[in-house]
Amino acid sequence: MSDFAPITAPARQRQQASIGQPVKRRDGVAKVTGSATYAADNHPQAMLHAVMAVATIANGRVVALDVDAAKAHPGVVEVMTPANRPPLAKNPDDRDTPFMFRLDVLQNDRVRYANQPIAVVIADTFEAATEGAALLAPQYEIEPAQLDMHADSEAFVPQAVGPGAPAESHVGDIDVGLAGATRRVEATYDTPAQYHNPMEPHAIVATWDGDKLTVDTPSQAMTIARGRLAGLFGIDADDVFIRSPYLGGGFGCKGALMSPQVLGILAAKLVGRPVKLVPTRAQMYGPLGHRAPTSQTLRLGMDDAGKLTALAHHARTTSSVFDEFFEPSANISHTLYASPAISTTHDAVRVHTGTPMFMRGPGEASGSIALESAIDEAAHACGMDPLAFRLANYADVEPISGKPFSSKRLYDCYAQGAQRFGWAKRVLAPRSMRDDNGLLVGWGLGTATFPVIMFEAETRAIIRADGTGVMETGAQDMGQGAWTALAQIAADSLKLELDQTVFRAGTSDLPDGGVAGGSGHTATVGNAIDAAGRDAIARLIEMAIADVESPLHGVAADQVEARWGRLQAGDDAARSESYADILRRAGLRELVGHGRGRADADVGERYAMHAHGAVFAEVKVDPDLGQMRVTRMVGAFAAGRVINPRMVESQFFGGMIWGLGFALHEKADTDARTGRIMNADLGEYHVPVNADVANIEALIVNEDDPHVNVLGIKGVGEIGVTGSAGAIANAIWHATGKRIRRFPIRVADMFADGATVG
Amino acid sequence: MSLSIQITLNGERRNIALDDPRITLLDLLRERLMLTGTKKGCDRGQCGACTVLVEGRRVNACLTLAASLEGARIETIEGVATGAALHPVQQAFIDHDAFQCGFCTPGQIMSAIGLLREARVHGDPERVREQMSGNLCRCGAYAGIVEAVLDAERLTARETERGVA
Repeated sequence: MSDFAPITAPARQRQQASIGQPVKRRDGVAKVTGSATYAADNHPQAMLHAVMAVATIANGRVVALDVDAAKAHPGVVEVMTPANRPPLAKNPDDRDTPFMFRLDVLQNDRVRYANQPIAVVIADTFEAATEGAALLAPQYEIEPAQLDMHADSEAFVPQAVGPGAPAESHVGDIDVGLAGATRRVEATYDTPAQYHNPMEPHAIVATWDGDKLTVDTPSQAMTIARGRLAGLFGIDADDVFIRSPYLGGGFGCKGALMSPQVLGILAAKLVGRPVKLVPTRAQMYGPLGHRAPTSQTLRLGMDDAGKLTALAHHARTTSSVFDEFFEPSANISHTLYASPAISTTHDAVRVHTGTPMFMRGPGEASGSIALESAIDEAAHACGMDPLAFRLANYADVEPISGKPFSSKRLYDCYAQGAQRFGWAKRVLAPRSMRDDNGLLVGWGLGTATFPVIMFEAETRAIIRADGTGVMETGAQDMGQGAWTALAQIAADSLKLELDQTVFRAGTSDLPDGGVAGGSGHTATVGNAIDAAGRDAIARLIEMAIADVESPLHGVAADQVEARWGRLQAGDDAARSESYADILRRAGLRELVGHGRGRADADVGERYAMHAHGAVFAEVKVDPDLGQMRVTRMVGAFAAGRVINPRMVESQFFGGMIWGLGFALHEKADTDARTGRIMNADLGEYHVPVNADVANIEALIVNEDDPHVNVLGIKGVGEIGVTGSAGAIANAIWHATGKRIRRFPIRVADMFADGATVG
Repeated sequence: MSLSIQITLNGERRNIALDDPRITLLDLLRERLMLTGTKKGCDRGQCGACTVLVEGRRVNACLTLAASLEGARIETIEGVATGAALHPVQQAFIDHDAFQCGFCTPGQIMSAIGLLREARVHGDPERVREQMSGNLCRCGAYAGIVEAVLDAERLTARETERGVA
């Protein structure tokens, strides 16, 4: 961060682009004054409030609901149950794409997981709807719930993991590699169910006007959501209008349109008035996705030089009984460490939970903590420093595919991170460092990685008669900084100052902004913006050189440059004209350009494309109490071109803190008797709080990638989770000598064998 | 049933008829007075997104019954800036990128203002971390929040010395 000077002068004087500048958030004032409008802040005329009733069993059917009692409560307007729920044009149990999930929208009386919606109470006020929902007092026919992910007899190999990756991949011969090893490590690591818990629930305010639907709801993918709603309700996609200017966090769980949102729309249809429905925090533990638990077994073989001879990674995970998403944890082992033999496999068991989904670093985060722990164990088995071991197994080509990397500055991440952290002073043996207060000190390392993912997006660039620009795309800002970073790209693409460029986003009537997910939004939309801007400029140049009255008349198009609102013939400042003059003479109010962003399949065939990083963590452990605290984290990341270092640093921090939560805090506990989640709130499901995060640093390692896309952008949203969680687990081992393989690591683990830590 | 309270809200005296005794301060602000800057993150006092100041002290608006507030002085995020001039804490949050999605931000800012009124943190980041830990930030903007609070303390301390605040 300190490497970047703040903007001190307009771009014209700096002679520099907006891209790369640490511009402050353009939505900052709206957010600090409370005027930024999130979905639940809307109040259309005559709006009613809806509250869901959710199941308290995990499997069975609803046999009775006291609808009369609810309806008798003052203020209750209607109760929506399977008996009177308006019809849908599409079966909510159909699923057409990997990014679409089956819904629970009162299609029948079945309960297939705890917290599944079973009715909706609609009332004049939130208070009346809440009371009405409680009065429904559901009765159930309970059936046994399958909850045990270790039920081997139920396990199967999924057709695909994640959004369509093969469940198994192999290179070389694992058995030969293990047989030839002089040292071996085999260990199983367990990761828990985790819930996204964005601060903002999936609120919806739905308004019907005949067959036209307007919804305010947070969406990471408005165009997909619009299509989903059009299909469900049998209306034209152009008749669905979604507003999602600000998401109160997404992390994957607002990628697909979810059941409570559809229920809000159905409720509005039922009563013929606008309806607001906001799931309670407890209701977010079920119908809104989660990261599935995993049990991962790694087998590593090493030769005398500490080089891997085999790397086998098997992951067991779960999905729901009615839908599919399989956490692709083992695939993290495809890219990081060179080995002549690699094997990654997955299997799964169906359990009575809500369907798991993409959650920040889906597969990468859960896979990383297992792989980085195992690599640390392997380093120890070889008597090597964890960094030296990783360098000994550095992958110069992508191990699973043999493809060259489009760019890879992981070595620099290790070097810069280690130097900043002071890694060279680490004592090799565990339990050998203490601070002045006698606390055990441990230093750990994890390698971070995340693939370059691009979706598809479209943009429209406009140069207006007054010489200013507009860029339009239905992009979504869930906090990553789209309002700012994409505007910076827009200004550069039109060769204008940032304050001369209007950036419009956040509604579904704009060109398709694609998906704010997979760490690919800036790359996808950014390149679409770049293309639209270039298209608009090219049209303007054509217009100018064809115009006999223009000083640029007759100049070859490729000799004309755009800069700061003017076209100019090469370096000849005398042959120059402003955008405004060109348009005015042409009698045009505006000129439009179009752009599209998507992955180049050919590049993907030729190169392995990933961001990389190294995370170093210091943990202090009280030898008497077992209390653990992460006292320092240093991450160094190489993730292609950085559009806004201020926002990128915040993304890295966020990811690293998620890694901290993964290692030490987050776990949903399921009651083995009922299938209900016992800590479905923010008091007992722990996410990191301010006091959990001491000194944290993120270094941006410059990386020029000529292949990934025109702008050279990779992605920064998820990589910070990877590496970080393992680094902390490894630091705890280094502090205490205790290798904990079940996450999160808790104080009780420090005394699990009856011995004290110290 | 009629129940009314008189409060001072962001400096303005208001007589408010409550349509229901169950109304929390949070739902009063958001759903009746349309002051939606204060956010509902959990509705049970665990996240801090609804933090407002009552009699100058931080409270979770979701845990405060509106009917219990007769005569109270209440400050919300909407009353913090002076016209277009941001409060030093607000400006510091922007300067230090102390938020991403922004949903917890009004609560964080009210909490920070309350903290700086309750007790100086004397430039100690550990005190800030501890005393801001009732306000969750899922995006993980904690480093920026700590810097912002320390910065705002420095600025307001200078203003106090000059007799501005």
